[in-house]
Amino acid sequence: MNLLLTRNLSKIALAALVALLAGCQGGVLDPKGSIGAQEKELIITATILMLLVVIPVILMTLYFAWKYREGSGEAYEPKWDHSTKIEAVVWGIPIVIIIILAVITYKSTHALNPYKPIESDEDHMTVEVVSLNWKWLFIYPDLGIATVNELAFPKDVPVEFKITSAGTMNSFFIPQLGSQIYSMAGMETKLHLIANEAGTFDGISSNYSGHGFTGMKFKAIATPTKEDFNAWVEKVKTSGEALSTERYEKLVEPTEYHPVEYFGTVKDGLFFDIIWEYMGDMGRIDFYGKPEYGATKPEGVVLPERIAPKTEEASH
Amino acid sequence: MNLLGKLSWDSIPHDPIVIGTLIVIAIGGAALFGLITKLQKWGWLWREWLTSVDHKRLGIMYIILAFVMLIRGFADAIMMRTQLAVATNGSEGYLPPHHYDQIFTAHGVIMIIFMAMPFMIGLMNIVVPLQIGARDVAFPFLNNLSFWLAVSGAVLVNISLGLGEFAMTGWVAYPPLSGLEFSPGVGVDYYIWALQISGIGTTLTGVNFLVTVIKMRAPGMKLMQMPIFTWTCTWANVLIVASFPILTAALAMLTLDRYLDFHFFTNDLGGNSMMYINLFWAWGHPEVYILVLPAFGIFSEIVSTYTGKRLFGYKSMVYASGAISILGFIVWLHHFFTMGSSASVNAFFGIMTMIIAVPTGVKLFNWLFTMYKGRVRMEPPMLWTIGFIITFSVGGMTGVLLAIPGADYVLHNSLFLIAHFHNTIIGGAVFGYLAGFAFWFPKAMGFHLNPKIGKFSFWCWFIGFFVAFMPLYVLGFLGMTRRLNHTDNPDWNIWLYIAAGGAFIIALGIAAQFVQLILGFIQKDKNLDKTGDPWNGHTLEWSLSSPPQFYNFAKIPHVDDIDTFTDMKEKGTAYKREESYEPIHMPSNTNAGPIMGAIATAFGFAMIWHIWWLAGASFIGLIVAFIMRAYAKDTDYYVQPDEVARIENAHLDNVAKG
Repeated sequence: MNLLLTRNLSKIALAALVALLAGCQGGVLDPKGSIGAQEKELIITATILMLLVVIPVILMTLYFAWKYREGSGEAYEPKWDHSTKIEAVVWGIPIVIIIILAVITYKSTHALNPYKPIESDEDHMTVEVVSLNWKWLFIYPDLGIATVNELAFPKDVPVEFKITSAGTMNSFFIPQLGSQIYSMAGMETKLHLIANEAGTFDGISSNYSGHGFTGMKFKAIATPTKEDFNAWVEKVKTSGEALSTERYEKLVEPTEYHPVEYFGTVKDGLFFDIIWEYMGDMGRIDFYGKPEYGATKPEGVVLPERIAPKTEEASH
Repeated sequence: MNLLGKLSWDSIPHDPIVIGTLIVIAIGGAALFGLITKLQKWGWLWREWLTSVDHKRLGIMYIILAFVMLIRGFADAIMMRTQLAVATNGSEGYLPPHHYDQIFTAHGVIMIIFMAMPFMIGLMNIVVPLQIGARDVAFPFLNNLSFWLAVSGAVLVNISLGLGEFAMTGWVAYPPLSGLEFSPGVGVDYYIWALQISGIGTTLTGVNFLVTVIKMRAPGMKLMQMPIFTWTCTWANVLIVASFPILTAALAMLTLDRYLDFHFFTNDLGGNSMMYINLFWAWGHPEVYILVLPAFGIFSEIVSTYTGKRLFGYKSMVYASGAISILGFIVWLHHFFTMGSSASVNAFFGIMTMIIAVPTGVKLFNWLFTMYKGRVRMEPPMLWTIGFIITFSVGGMTGVLLAIPGADYVLHNSLFLIAHFHNTIIGGAVFGYLAGFAFWFPKAMGFHLNPKIGKFSFWCWFIGFFVAFMPLYVLGFLGMTRRLNHTDNPDWNIWLYIAAGGAFIIALGIAAQFVQLILGFIQKDKNLDKTGDPWNGHTLEWSLSSPPQFYNFAKIPHVDDIDTFTDMKEKGTAYKREESYEPIHMPSNTNAGPIMGAIATAFGFAMIWHIWWLAGASFIGLIVAFIMRAYAKDTDYYVQPDEVARIENAHLDNVAKG
């Protein structure tokens, strides 16, 4: 009878969980892209697996506490303190569950590796993301435009984000599209996302970065078609000013609740300059020795004399 | 040279909330000062308590410190929850970022370092020497010094309320935000010196208690016969000794960055903040096990006592605690899966983390099977334990979920994470300490607390916890990140309101604890614990009077079993009148501890405000005070056999009367 009760209760709990998850609008359980969708599935699978242990433990606790309460007249064996069988089971059950979860973890971590390009028939689009105090700068290196606090890309096109910071550490996060990655000065991190539905999604920093942190929000627009995206690019190109080094230096000044800004042209290699500014001489080894850890120097960028790359021999 | 460093009139905050708080503290402080003066208790307080090297009194003082800081940390919690309940739909609320950011930083620092740690160390102080049949800890003076260093850190945190500001970085103080470039004020310096000074005290405590359990166990007590609470404390002390130096080093490097223009963690000149983040969590993760392992020990003692049974799977419990301690050191990276490590690195740390669920799960099952075929008495400590098993199961589950990198990529830094760690720290550690408080209170103080109020307090905490934190899980799923000052998402509002309500239910539980304490003192004479064994205990502390004599054991017992006192009661050797007693060698009280604590506070204060002459003078003073103590001659005395006989016979007469 107790078993039956357990079974029914776990069904109810599961139903409640599903109802709760379904009710989540606009969060990480309402994904609009394949990365987010896989992560949602992962969360649900893992939760159900763990509930297989957690629910019986909770019910057994209540049941034992009631059944063996003082004055219940149940069996009392004060010296009973060991049973190899039970000990084998109590070590065994968690081990089995954790082995299953470990396999899931290993596979999903590789599948969802933020650095891994998303497989798609479409070519990747690259966006360079810079967290400034306290706003987001988005540079489209292939299009030669930049925006502040507004990001756009066509749906179904995988986007490669190259991320850095020109100030404190932040985390670049669009909850409905999936994974987040830190932005750190002098370093480039990578994130691959895709939107499979059109829409405008909230983007945030999810790592506290000082006074203006709360206002460090942006909108991520997934356009229904490439034409819509091109229209957006056109809008940025025509209405925006130029993001020169001087203009960038003004932009870096700390601001809060920064409005959306468009820049029709961008200084070539600005993203690279921003990383290099903090990297200094110390970054040279990573930069040229192991390109996968550093930023990629764009074609045509001339390094300043002070930090021009040494050859392999010279650096030894 | 400016004699006051950076200190000036402008250092006093003008915020009405802060000024109001300061006035309340001033009135309260003056009232307390006046009361002690009126009762002429200053001398008694100094001689009997503040300078005491008695582990039981230090334990009580640690717990008083924990309660005082609980009020401070909880006031911060209430302010945060009300701010977030008010500041919805784009409204600014009543706490601007400058104040709010200090509050969430202070809340974290206070609750972990100055509430949970002193509470845990206080219980360990009171109980461990008694459980192993020792007369005190290995280094009684060091124990007193550790306490005063903890107080020194707490005092610095509280001074920041009225002078200058506290850190606005979050309790982790990640650079570059905590570096000079982005935090030029004194806030981070308060953080550094408060943690540094109290951290050194904690390290000393770890060393002290490790030596105590290794060298001072009663004859016959093998390591695998130590009571389970002593075992879990021992694991916690191993973790303290191994991990606190990492914090000390990380903070020292941050100090060099801020004071001497070093560049360990700065953005430029080759600094790298990732190093700090790694070091911080190499301490920070073991730290959570330092908090929770002793709580596991408390639950184990309580379950076996209140079921009238031996603990099921004692060996499993010891090994499981050891496994948790060791694994606790190789999981730190799970605090930043989103930093961009490779998939294999993230997967390794994720899997290591979930492996910890195995020994933890074993513990849960062992508590269950201790109840099996027992006689469960629903006293408040047992209620806390059952409440813990339920709460902690949920917290453990969400923890394993966060350990999966793929899930963490969307849940990292969200309110889901906040809900998870409060779930384990409140539902695990704090429930454990409050259970231990109820369990050992009669032992430490000699009288009982009102169990009805105790149960009321439990239900408020238990229900309040779920009402306050389950909504945060939902908010995490809805995409709300932590440390937001205000929100403008209408879908979140209802959950923020419920969470604020939950915080007030917990407030009721805390208030009930204080009512219970005050009522306990008022009705003290009616509720004396005359036998010293109110719960039919298993271990040696229950064989002594309540409170135990200052020398603990008139004659050191011989130990043959894990449940020594139960064994003695069964063999009829408990409460035996000795023919004769030996003189007992005891350490004398010393004023070196409080004096060095005061000088350390002055040193920290001077460093924070750049008052260099005072920093130099107090640093030299600290060394001089230590050397003077090292050469002190009058540090011990003997209790004569006739006095021991008189005290012991009086207690045994009491026991005989029942």
